[in-house]
Amino acid sequence: MEEKKKLWKHIKAWVDGEEVILDADKYIITRSKKVKKDWRRQFSVETIKGNTKLYGFLSVAISALFIGIMLSVVNDLPEFGNPSNPVDNEVMERYLESGIEETGAVNFVAGMILDYRAFDTFAEANVLFLAVMSVVLLLKKDKQNYSEKEERENREDDFFDENEKRPILKIGGKILAPLIILYGIYVVLNGHLSPGGGFSGGTIIGAGLILYASAYGQKKMQTFFTFRTFTLICVGGLLTYCACKSYSFFTGANHVGFEIPKGIPGNILSAGFILPLNICVGLIVACTMYGFYALFTKGDI
Amino acid sequence: MEHINWIHNIPFFSIFLAMLCGIITALVKNGKVAFKIHSTMVFIVFIMSVILLLSVVKNNEIFTFMMGHFPAPWGNELRAGPLEALMAVTFSLVMLLTVSGGAEFVFKDVVEEKQSLYFIMLNALFGSMLALVYTNDIFTAYVFIEVNTIASCALIMAKGTPQSMVGTTHYLVISLLGSGLFLLGLCILYSITGHLLFPQMKEAILEIIKTDQYRLPLLVVTGFMFIGIAIKSALFPFHSMLPGAYLAAIPTSSGILSGLVLKSYIILGIKLIYCVFSAEVMHTLKITEVLFVFGLAGMVMGSVYAIRERKMKRMLAYSSVAQIGYIYMGIGMGSRVGMTAACFHILAHAITKTLLFLCCGSFVENSGGKEKIYHMRGAALRNPLAGIGYTVGALSMIGVPLLAGFISKIYFATASVYSSGKMAAVLIVLGVSMVLNALYFLPSVIAIWTPEKGKENKPNFSVSPLFAVSIVGFVILNFVLGIFYRPITRIIQMSIELLAQ
Amino acid sequence: MNHLGTNFYEAVSVILFGIGFMNLLLQNNLIKKFIGLNIMDTAVYLFLAAKGYVMGRVAPVLTDGIIDAYYYINPIPAGLVLTGIVVSVSVTAFSLALVQRLYKHYGTLNMDEIMRISREEEGE
Repeated sequence: MEEKKKLWKHIKAWVDGEEVILDADKYIITRSKKVKKDWRRQFSVETIKGNTKLYGFLSVAISALFIGIMLSVVNDLPEFGNPSNPVDNEVMERYLESGIEETGAVNFVAGMILDYRAFDTFAEANVLFLAVMSVVLLLKKDKQNYSEKEERENREDDFFDENEKRPILKIGGKILAPLIILYGIYVVLNGHLSPGGGFSGGTIIGAGLILYASAYGQKKMQTFFTFRTFTLICVGGLLTYCACKSYSFFTGANHVGFEIPKGIPGNILSAGFILPLNICVGLIVACTMYGFYALFTKGDI
Repeated sequence: MEHINWIHNIPFFSIFLAMLCGIITALVKNGKVAFKIHSTMVFIVFIMSVILLLSVVKNNEIFTFMMGHFPAPWGNELRAGPLEALMAVTFSLVMLLTVSGGAEFVFKDVVEEKQSLYFIMLNALFGSMLALVYTNDIFTAYVFIEVNTIASCALIMAKGTPQSMVGTTHYLVISLLGSGLFLLGLCILYSITGHLLFPQMKEAILEIIKTDQYRLPLLVVTGFMFIGIAIKSALFPFHSMLPGAYLAAIPTSSGILSGLVLKSYIILGIKLIYCVFSAEVMHTLKITEVLFVFGLAGMVMGSVYAIRERKMKRMLAYSSVAQIGYIYMGIGMGSRVGMTAACFHILAHAITKTLLFLCCGSFVENSGGKEKIYHMRGAALRNPLAGIGYTVGALSMIGVPLLAGFISKIYFATASVYSSGKMAAVLIVLGVSMVLNALYFLPSVIAIWTPEKGKENKPNFSVSPLFAVSIVGFVILNFVLGIFYRPITRIIQMSIELLAQ
Repeated sequence: MNHLGTNFYEAVSVILFGIGFMNLLLQNNLIKKFIGLNIMDTAVYLFLAAKGYVMGRVAPVLTDGIIDAYYYINPIPAGLVLTGIVVSVSVTAFSLALVQRLYKHYGTLNMDEIMRISREEEGE
């Protein structure tokens, strides 16, 4: 009878996966715990990490091995700058020779990323959008992400923003921010004509906004740029992008509809969808950059 | 004017619909509305994918879809055949059932004003998985891998607890390492082939093998790309990101991540094997053998870790590691039969693991938020529906006849006969791993059905109708896959034949 | 083939990648870890930019009205690098936001320390 009870207890412990139940038999607890600990030591990654010297040696060895392998690969790769390399093929030729005729963009890179391979760029704009949305998810103030201390610091910052003089920053910001934003707009609008485009121009606009916000405080920024405007601009830009590209993908693949006129290459109003797409991307990127700054500093836009 | 087959637009429509819903959801403040938008979208995609599947199976074809006005080597392309359509059907169905069943966890665990953001991430994740399945361009694959990474990390940390942040950081670092390796491999591959689209790359690679130029770079590139994909899909030595992340995330996210996201990378890997590197090249470079060995190791080690584990969600995460090992073993056999078994196991695991995670979430909830298995005693009595779901799922994972897991194990065993020299290893490890599976799943099943003194053991946990529908749906699917598996395996065989051409 | 002498941009980029990787493995500070990841990404962009260059050709923007594929360098790597940079910016922003949240709760940036505290909180 006693034996049976013991067996039953053992089975029960096995089912529960715990040795706590076996409190009647203290000897077994201590022993089994010890065994378990040793077993963990053999298998777990954390203990290797705990052994700093071994871990450091291993990581250096792996990295060195990696560099060695890669150097021998580089040794075998096509020669740098050689015109007869495999990348110099019909794909690149068509981008360069028929690019202007087919996309209307004088900047071949803009023509490539916004017309030939626009699907990648659409996904890329989405990556940016998702990143800013996940930063909102992480850092925007809510009941999980809120502390009295931070709130007090933010209020102090607001107070200083309003009342401190900071002449260099404020006057500098007043003069520079409009110029920077103007330059950003120029880069965005000329994306199909010269180096630049939506991503680089948008970053410049974003930098201008950040300069203004750091000089005058986010309170002042919020008079014209709230969370609502931020979402509306981002979503509006992406939706326009999505609509334009869906149209051209759909008509292109099914051979229906009519083509967008390309205009005269070199004019500002040319290159079909590339100019509006650049504007959309520029707006999204500018908002995103400012959004990152605002969320990181204050937890709100 | 050539004849237009409107059905060929479906891959493009499904990806764009998912992305579009993701964007629009940003304007919605209410989580419930966002949930409705999401489920409607997934349902539409499901219907469209079924139509696509029927059409491609009827015509026995693989078609490419030109994204824009420019044909193959210049513009982006999508490509769909029976395998892609079948995966899209599975993904949308599992997504629909999981999210409708797991919506209550989302509404409970995520802060109210951020619930709609959760659904943005879900939509984007779904779009990126579809894109990974359909893509015919390696750079598109990379960009969507990044979309997928960000969205899945956001899903893990949506709960907002410090633990989930730690889990997300771990997950993020390891998966960024994977995508970094993939990107490096992609760049070298581009520099030796000069193309980014699958078919043109394949031609260039066959040329490289013939002329023996750039052979070492090709080997290293293949290695990097598959290590990248293996890291992303948590093959055995790279699995350490899963347990922490799945434990801390809400059950809906864990289910989707382990059931679908890992699978989408494997599908990308299968497409790379057949459409870029071609099976023969893989065989000459011995990549399949390496995958085979790691698959076997994963099968055993995943289960060993799972037996050691006391927390149910972590146990399920380690069990996922073991199941991913099964899939890689099938791929590593290097034969078409093995690949069929692997693809079938992808389906079986997708429907089973999501079911297990949903039920587990319900147990944790009705056991007062405790995660360990011995805290969950009697949990199934408090919520019998979830208990039945968990039992069916566990039995299917162990490989009990009439359930999906049994069929895939039969297929693996049959496939081993066709690959010379691997048969003994496959059969032994398959047997060992089945025993190990039973060793950790059976105790948990017994534990949840054992009443505990001093606790409420009657059904007292109210079950929302959506949760019930989703659990019942998953259980039925499990039985369907376990009994009427013939048509599905026939579709898979057909698609492997088509891909390998 | 022996191109290690001419391919030094590529060689530097793979060494950088290795350094970034080592940083990722060895640093315990989370911000330094993510800097390591950024170095890895940047190394890949250097590699791509080097692969796009062709000796004696000019940047792919129409100059002097010359339409000739033998006058410009390859525009594809430029486009890929652009996409890659945007992706890496997004990922960096996301990871730094995570680090901020972690720091707010745990008061440290040391990954081992964070893991230890979180395990204690979990009650193991």
